[in-house]
Amino acid sequence: MYETTYHRPASVEEAAALLAANPDAKLLAGGQTLVPTMKQRLAAPSDLVDLRHIAALRGISSEGGRIIIGAATPHAEVAGDATLRAACPGLADLAAHIGDPHVRYMGTLGGSIANNDPAADYPSAMLALGATIHTSKRDIGADDFFTGMFETALDEDEIIIAVSFAPPERAAYAKFPNPASLYAMTGVFVTKGSAGVRVAVTGAGSDGVFRQAEMEAALSADFSPAALDGITVSPEGLLEDLHASAAYRASLIKTMARRAVAAA
Amino acid sequence: MAKLEMTVNGRKVSRVVDDRTLLAHFLREDMQLTGTHVGCDTSQCGACVVHVDGKAVKSCTMLAAQASGAQVTTIEGLSSGADLHPVQRAFNEHHGLQCGFCTTGMIMASVDIIARHGGDLDEATVRAELEGNICRCTGYHNIVKAVLAANAEMHGASQAAE
Repeated sequence: MYETTYHRPASVEEAAALLAANPDAKLLAGGQTLVPTMKQRLAAPSDLVDLRHIAALRGISSEGGRIIIGAATPHAEVAGDATLRAACPGLADLAAHIGDPHVRYMGTLGGSIANNDPAADYPSAMLALGATIHTSKRDIGADDFFTGMFETALDEDEIIIAVSFAPPERAAYAKFPNPASLYAMTGVFVTKGSAGVRVAVTGAGSDGVFRQAEMEAALSADFSPAALDGITVSPEGLLEDLHASAAYRASLIKTMARRAVAAA
Repeated sequence: MAKLEMTVNGRKVSRVVDDRTLLAHFLREDMQLTGTHVGCDTSQCGACVVHVDGKAVKSCTMLAAQASGAQVTTIEGLSSGADLHPVQRAFNEHHGLQCGFCTTGMIMASVDIIARHGGDLDEATVRAELEGNICRCTGYHNIVKAVLAANAEMHGASQAAE
């Protein structure tokens, strides 16, 4: 690992000031992607701004019919939170199956969506839930937040504070994890709520997480696994690597979507 | 340089280290606690698992500076005196190791698993929970048996390990 300078701010304002003062700084949310990347010398931030000790970024609450999850809330807390489990068990289950238990104690929701790894789990949930991403500067809808593989609408000096969403009537996530990395080779999050049916796919798109319009239309008419029978997913624009071909991922999208609908 | 104040195995320590020092290296090289192992370079193997504020984390994927202010427990601090912790004893009794390299991480992870599930553990759960710990010798069978046996002993549950 290259040299770096560690900072532990106590407030979002202090963290933002550190980011502004150090152009090559990076936010350290849970570090479960960033630290391994630094170990490989694939990232060399001059400064690390640790967000784990900012109380305002942590915790889950329910306010005005919306669930609010602090950006620095670790996966284990999301998985185990009673309020969330009652309101949207699909999201709690997603968090319970990210990586392994050690990663879940450290990794955070904010870190996951800010990194927008094309195989990360949370981006699909945010997109399917139509969540709002609250940052140090503004509120961003999930549809506008994820802009491509490892790309988001965030500015360099912008910090995610929390995400919020109205719990849907039904929601579930199904994924086929890569057996070695545990990342989603394909994962599908489906929701049915006041905003209609939303289907978001992770792990499969060469441009990162995306919505599957054809499935949304079919499920809007009939929210059942059988409604997806007639749909053929095209492999065009899907990831292809040593783990799975684009055609296999196309097939997985349909299979995972059916499982998610059945579980929702 | 980062100034650390932490409690390691019940002992208060204060050190100044490079900001980039990983917790695993701090424990092994500065604290001479070599029971914590580093088995891979990719944060996948779990040989380095220690408890930070009671939670099992990969000490190779956390800077020592991140753990400043925390209570850290390593395999060396799991039991007091000459008596083994029930999980250590179960790994011994059930031959839950061969070369032993992954064992300390396995045991620290298992203690966390048993505590978190409050006695309600079955084989499938143990296997899923050990997802972050890799063993290249045993094929896991005896490790799973050891965890279930320790769970039964610690929670007075019926022996479900066989």
